Amino acid sequence: MKVLMTGNEAVARGAYEAGVTLASAYPSTPSTEIMENFSKYEGVYAEWAPNEKVAAEVAMGAAVRGVRSFASMKHVGLNVAADPFMSFAYHGSNGGFVIITADEPNMFSSQNEQDNRLYSIHAKVVCLEPSDSQECIDFMKIAFEISEQFNTTVLFRLTTRVCHSKTPVELKERIVPKTETFVKNSKKYVMVPAHSRTRHPEIEENLLKLSEYGNTSPLNSEEIHDTKIGIICNGVSYLYAKEVMGDNASYLKIGMSNPLPVKKITEFAGKVDKLYIIEENEPFMETQIRSWGIKCTGKDLFPICGEFSPELLREKLLDVKPTIAFTPENEPPMRPPVLCAGCPHRGLYFELGKYKNKAFFSGDIGCYTLGYLPPFEAMDLSIDMGASITAAQGYQRGNEMSDDDNANLKPFALIGDSTFFHSGVTGLLNMIYNNTPITVIIMDNSITAMTGHQDNPGTGVSVMGSMSQKVDIETMCLACGVNKNNILVVDPYDLNATKDAVKKGYEATEPFVIITRRECALLKPIQKERADMKCKVDYDKCRFCKICIKTGCPALQIDHENEKIYIDTVQCNGCTICLQVCPFDAIEKVGE
Amino acid sequence: MSETKNILLVGVGGQGTILTSKIISNGFINAGYEVKMAEIHGMSQRGGSVTTQIRYGEKVYSPVIEKGTADLIVAFEKSEALRWLEYLREDGILIVNDYTIEPFTVSLGISEYPEDVIDEYKKKIKNLHIFNAFDVAEKIGNSKAMNIVLLGSLVKALSIDDIDWKEMIAQTVPKKFVELNQEAFKAGYND
Repeated sequence: MKVLMTGNEAVARGAYEAGVTLASAYPSTPSTEIMENFSKYEGVYAEWAPNEKVAAEVAMGAAVRGVRSFASMKHVGLNVAADPFMSFAYHGSNGGFVIITADEPNMFSSQNEQDNRLYSIHAKVVCLEPSDSQECIDFMKIAFEISEQFNTTVLFRLTTRVCHSKTPVELKERIVPKTETFVKNSKKYVMVPAHSRTRHPEIEENLLKLSEYGNTSPLNSEEIHDTKIGIICNGVSYLYAKEVMGDNASYLKIGMSNPLPVKKITEFAGKVDKLYIIEENEPFMETQIRSWGIKCTGKDLFPICGEFSPELLREKLLDVKPTIAFTPENEPPMRPPVLCAGCPHRGLYFELGKYKNKAFFSGDIGCYTLGYLPPFEAMDLSIDMGASITAAQGYQRGNEMSDDDNANLKPFALIGDSTFFHSGVTGLLNMIYNNTPITVIIMDNSITAMTGHQDNPGTGVSVMGSMSQKVDIETMCLACGVNKNNILVVDPYDLNATKDAVKKGYEATEPFVIITRRECALLKPIQKERADMKCKVDYDKCRFCKICIKTGCPALQIDHENEKIYIDTVQCNGCTICLQVCPFDAIEKVGE
Repeated sequence: MSETKNILLVGVGGQGTILTSKIISNGFINAGYEVKMAEIHGMSQRGGSVTTQIRYGEKVYSPVIEKGTADLIVAFEKSEALRWLEYLREDGILIVNDYTIEPFTVSLGISEYPEDVIDEYKKKIKNLHIFNAFDVAEKIGNSKAMNIVLLGSLVKALSIDDIDWKEMIAQTVPKKFVELNQEAFKAGYND
């Protein structure tokens, strides 16, 4: 019987069925569920790594040893893992080796729209692109076969729609291949210049063989119907094209997009009158196909930015606009994501917001990025994982070197615990090494919260549930050389202590660290522990001044009829931030 | 059934749209349909707008729905249907939970809540069913079963009675909540 699986669940299933025994990942939307699901299968070993470079290298080591392995990450994660990814392409594999990249056309949870197929051509490795969950399973198996047969890394490229759409799959048995023996071979595994110079021409030759393989592989499949229109497409675009054109067009669906099957594409182009290349984001296939002298329509018709949809293809291919029956007159209220009720970041942001005009908030990536929004507006920069600490240092040096003092704002770096472990530590080292007087705030909610509660080195629990030594952030700061008098640990539920710490951080003239420590309010044990703790508004005392609203807590609601504030008891966890800011003592804590 | 059917569930993060869509999809799969379901999760869980798209039929390609083609939209929060109204086909059905979740942007005064939104639906949409699923669920004993009340209403609206929904619920929700949710389903179906 068929079951419904998301692409992520199916990739994990495919890896399991392919006999993968080791995998490592850093949690990142839209890729997180791959590792969450893979780690639950029997007979596998899985890790959460502190970052993608670590994940890739752990998986590479296992592949060298001779077992099948993969590392999974979101598209920008591959930037972090780019160093080993580019280099290991020269080593080739021993046991099969796959890097999974989850790209984000339309950027639902990302900072850019980079198309990681470009990485495959850059690194000279194979790129596979499934279009639905069944293909996620099937292609994973083929990926490991290709990796072993052609001695190469395979880049397995997903997009958010493939990752998060549920489509039917058929489950099969797991088959674990015999472990490849590791034989010491420095010419293969130690990439000194002399060895790399030998390897590079071999890789070029390999790519020609792989293109030949692609000409006959079922990964690239041709469907000939009406030949007036021919469509070359990949991933989810294939499903959209089929939805819109059905049998009124012929298709060449590219499942292996690097290297491209030159012969197969050339032949297909010869069979159809008009050729379209339908691919989201970059003209990856189109540029190459054009370079072979084949006429086609691609990015001159379909956009580079954003994701495709059947609607978009219908309009572009058939000039048919949707029939809209109902157009709303009212506008829905803006409903951006918010820091949850009881979020430990709220207390800190409430205090930081007061320094809006005096401080530069160098931010990072996590739930706390939402601090840029009203009512706090306490984030002025966010680049990539770990950049808060380093960019704040550059800003400080800029303050010192600039010829105006208009924006001599005190730099604060805001970083979460998981992001600190990911790539904040080296920034902290740099702060001490170069003695740059900034204030780093490590917002320790003791979990990787944004992606849905994954453990990290600070929790001391692995993805497989085993216990390990918890890494203590304070000790790490001390080890990096931060003066112990310049480290403050506060509970962000305690507004006075937080206020005091922020003030000290603002006034500090030396490198300074504040750790705000309080577990994420949504953690199951915390929810249970605080289930009966609530805040309650005394209507007699409430003067409807709305100061509490400035904490941005979604549990605070307005009683329009009585002109009072009331608190939604479903959401409230009794964190008391609203109680602490109320000037009229109108809020009380109830329950234990 | 030759034509593919399109269902949209829209609401606010935390209202249980994803669990509801899981039950629906499992039901259709058991009945032998091809089912595809699209959702986006990530940042939106934090109290933002959420959507799940479900398509079922004999052969389904795209997991996402086109404007003007939804056979049914269920709004778990009354103003959320506005964001997706253009997706409803002319003879499509709109089910609205007459329940308000004011976002903090309204409290902060940077956004307005459309108070007369129900009137707009009444004025425009022929196949409209409005009721307060929160009250129905609360009467049964747990307001959190609101999503399953809405599921009952959805099943009724689409006349898909040949699937054992009670069993689908039992397979999906935690054991201790099965009875409550089955009751919620019935109440939603009969409301």
